[in-house]
Formats: sequence, C-alpha cells, structure tokens
Amino acid sequence: MERKEARVPVWKTLAAFLAAGSLAFSAVSCGGKRAGSGGAAALQIKGSDTMVNLGQAWAEAYNKLHPEINVAVTGGGSGTGIAAILNGTCDIAESSRDLEEKEIQQAEEAGTVVHETIVALDGIVVVVHPSNPVSALTMDQLREIFMGNVKRWSAFGGENRPIVLLSREVNSGTHIFFKEHVLRRGKSKGPEEFAPAALMMPSSYAIAEETARNENAIGYYGLGYISPRQKVLSVSRDDRSPAVPPKIETVRSGAYPISRPLYFFTRGGPSGTVKDILDFVLSPEGQEIVRATDFVPIR
Amino acid sequence: MKLSPRRLREFVIERLIFLSGIASIVFVLLIFVFLLREGVSVLKTASLGEFLGGHLWYPISAPPRLGILPLILGSLLVTAGAVVIAVPLGIAAAFYIAEVAPKRLRPVLKSFVEVLSAIPSVVLGFIGITILVPFLKSLLNLPTGLTAFSGSLMLAFMALPTIITISEDAINAVPREYRDGALALGATHWQTLRRVIIHGALPGIIAAAMLGIGRVFGETMAVMMVTGNAAVIPHSLFEPVRTLTATIAAEMGEAAKGSPHYFALFAVGIVLFIISFAINLTADLLLNRGRKK
Repeated sequence: MERKEARVPVWKTLAAFLAAGSLAFSAVSCGGKRAGSGGAAALQIKGSDTMVNLGQAWAEAYNKLHPEINVAVTGGGSGTGIAAILNGTCDIAESSRDLEEKEIQQAEEAGTVVHETIVALDGIVVVVHPSNPVSALTMDQLREIFMGNVKRWSAFGGENRPIVLLSREVNSGTHIFFKEHVLRRGKSKGPEEFAPAALMMPSSYAIAEETARNENAIGYYGLGYISPRQKVLSVSRDDRSPAVPPKIETVRSGAYPISRPLYFFTRGGPSGTVKDILDFVLSPEGQEIVRATDFVPIR
Repeated sequence: MKLSPRRLREFVIERLIFLSGIASIVFVLLIFVFLLREGVSVLKTASLGEFLGGHLWYPISAPPRLGILPLILGSLLVTAGAVVIAVPLGIAAAFYIAEVAPKRLRPVLKSFVEVLSAIPSVVLGFIGITILVPFLKSLLNLPTGLTAFSGSLMLAFMALPTIITISEDAINAVPREYRDGALALGATHWQTLRRVIIHGALPGIIAAAMLGIGRVFGETMAVMMVTGNAAVIPHSLFEPVRTLTATIAAEMGEAAKGSPHYFALFAVGIVLFIISFAINLTADLLLNRGRKK
C-alpha cells in the first residue's frame, strides 16, 4: 500500500504568521485608489464603527447626486481612521472622539494639518436586558458599576443577580469616551479603569446581541443602535437631578449627560471632492440623513 | 561562457525552483527578525517579569499596564479545553474512517471532514455568538455564555479536520503485513486495532494532535467573538478569558506606531510565535521519529 505524505512542515504554519502579520498591517491603512481634487474614481472614508452606517447612508445619497464619484466607507474604529488619515491612506476619517495629543504630534511630524468638522452628535445609551427592573441610574452609579465596585443588581433595586459588564475594545472611540466621561468624570487622564472583569466586545452589534440575551448584562453604545430588544436606561447627572432618557431632543439640549460630537477629519483644509462631500453632509439634506440613522443633527 | 538555449532554460528554471524552495525559510526568518525588532522595545516600559507575569492589561492608560499573564493563561486554557474535546473525538473519527467504516462510506466521510475545515472561522464565531453562547448560558446557569468553554468548543470544531486527516494518514501508513499478521494469529479486529495498529500509528497520531493544538492556539476570529475577552486570570473554563491572538487582532488597528502599546502587541506576537513554534517543532520531531522507525 502506498504511503501517504502525512507531514505538514513547520514552515507552513509559520508562513501563516506572515499572512496574519500583513493582515494586521493592512488594517491600519485603507488603501485603494484615492480621488485627487476634482478627480473621478473612488474616495475612501474610514474610521469609527459607530459612524459606519451613517457614513454609508451619506455615501449612497451623495452617489445619487454624483454618480461619477464612488465613496467607499469602512469601519475599524476611530483610531484606525485617524491612523489612516495620518498615513495618507484615506481621504476622510470618521471619528467619534477628538484627536489625542500624540496624534496631533504625529501629524506635526508628518508635516500635515488635520482639519476637523463636527458633522453630527451622538448620545451614548446604557442598555440592560428588557426584563431588568432597573430603569434609571446616576452617573456615579454607572461609574461604580463599570469600575467593578458594585457587583450585584440588588444594590440598585434589581434582582439578586451578578452584573455582567459589557464594554467595547480599546480601539473604539466609544470605549474611550465612556471611560473619560463616566469613569473619570470628564477628565482625559486619571487612575479610573474599566474593571478587568469587563467583557471586551469587538463591536456594538456584539454588545447589543449579548444584552438582548443576558438578563445580567449592562452595556453601552451609540444612540443609533437602540432597538426594542434591549432596555435603555435613563441617566441623571447626580442624586438631585432628574433622570433623562436619551433622545434626539435631550442630547441636543445637553440634558442627557452622556453625549458627544462626531467628527470628520481631513488632511489640510478640505478641497475638491472632499469639500463637496463635507458641504453635502452639513446641508439640510445631509443632516436629515443623520436623523434618519438615529443620530442627532447639529442644527 | 555561452550556454545553449536549452541549458540556459534549465538553469533559469532550476534557480526559480530553488528560490521558491527557500522562500518560506526566508519569510520565517524575516518575520521573526521583524517581530523581535519591534517587540523588544516593550522592555523600555515594562521589565520582562512585569510583562510576562503582570496581572493587569491596560495598554492605553498613562502609565500603561502591560501584564500579559491573563492573556497567556487565557490562550492556554482555551487551547487545553479544545484539545480535551477534539483529540479523542478526532482520533476516534480517524479510526472509524480508516478501519471500521464501510468502503463506500469512506470518501463521503472524508469529504465532509474537508468541508468542515473549509468553514471560515468567522462563520463559526457567528454561529457561536448567536446559538452556542445563549445555549450554554441557560444550560449551565452561568452569568454569561461568553466563556473559555465556548471558545474551546468552537476551536475543537476547527481542529477536528486537522486531527482526523493526519491521524487517518498515519493509520493507513501502518504496513499491511502488521494487520494481516495480527489477524492471522487469531486476533479480532478490535484487538488488532488496539494492540497493533495504534502502536504503529502512534507517533503520527500524536503529531496530528500537536498540529491540531497549533491550529487552535493561533486561531483568532472565532475566539474573539465568543470568549468575552476579559483580561482576568481565569479560575475555570466557565469564565470569560482574553487570548493573546484576540488581543493583537482587537488592538493593533488603534495602537499608535512607536507607543508602548504598539511595542507590547509585537511582544505578544513574539510570545505567540515562540509557543506556536514549540508546538509545531514537537509535532515535526514526533512525525520524523515515527518515520525512521
């Protein structure tokens, strides 16, 4: 009987590392053909996962007005988008957070100026399982929960169940915003961290899915992800303030305490097609798309 | 010196084949040098002991905490769980396909095993997150179904094709005479399997298990989707864990080039590389030993 080759060389497995490595790198860039000012072809928008749907809705509407221009929108996280705009591998970075100092430094080193435009507002909603009797929490209570200091729902009038914390990964602008805004009470630096036991979910979808199925869970994501399968909590600034539900009106008025601006970053002052897209996004029509995708228009 | 066209053609082809032959070696060396160059800089932020033995992973804080002990233990725990499930199942399946199954059933079984290996891991992860995770949670009454065990189950599925295929080859490679001799001496089919064939095929089977382990250890996507990714030191299979691979995949996009976080992720890559290399080397040695006998 013929003997079959059963040996799989070490090298084969190691070569897989190369593939993995190159994947990790391509994740930082968004590549592709880019449009110069006035040029046709594809234009790349990359960044915040929170904003992917919004960006795509804008891109589709814009493409209807200008069929000759294709706009490709991809996610990956705000940091990924900002890294791509700094590397020059995309035209517009979508971001749910402002630039960090080190990123401004990087831009200076690269000799570019990053231009920011606020294109919409977003409220971060805190969600629990629909069967959870808790319906409102204060900012301090949220802080205690996500830092892992309070571990059972009974502390807030809920059932005697463990609290399962759901957080986004560190590459998410939402993660950073929640940490700085809720855990660190608005300061960008501080000793406060998410509890090590917090589950780091790779996407807002994963948080929504786990919250809908797990009566112990508490998670957070952008206003756009609200669905009837989770219960949205009202949040109060402190013990004396009323609990405010997250809605378009309460986010725009500032009454809802956990909200943030959403940005477009471009290299230098926007010009050509990039400027045209920015103008469209800020137009009444563009802002109507913001409302339609459950974010909050800036005007 | 002037070569005839035919000689020239042969010369060129020989060189090309040589280049393809050594390409993988060159790639591996380049990858390792690259990893090492980027990764050693983590020692500027954390000592080797703090890095390998630290309990806290807060890579973007100031100052960053870069302890990967929970990640190493997370990877090892998920792998161990997967091995316990996949190895006995895989070997039993290989024996069934190679020795017990009717002749006409064999190609069918083999092609299904191949289909199993062709399922993208992200699809398995998707099934895991929507079906397996809620099921495990309610079945075992856990705080959450996103646990090391869910990861182990998913990975066991992914390791099965490797283990089955290579074990089956090893079983088929046992010389026909051994089998015939055992049967001729009056051994039953089961006795032949248990006392003769398994001995002949053992090194190959062990190697199959090791390669399965290697596959499991390096897997990323499905694990990231179902294990919860909490960087805590795990105390049981039924708690969330964070693996080395998921950490790199989740955080590489954000890490600013040249930051401690960036170097730490490369250092995590080195740790992953070394452990995978050790697993594969063991498998290779076992296979060679089996062949020389």
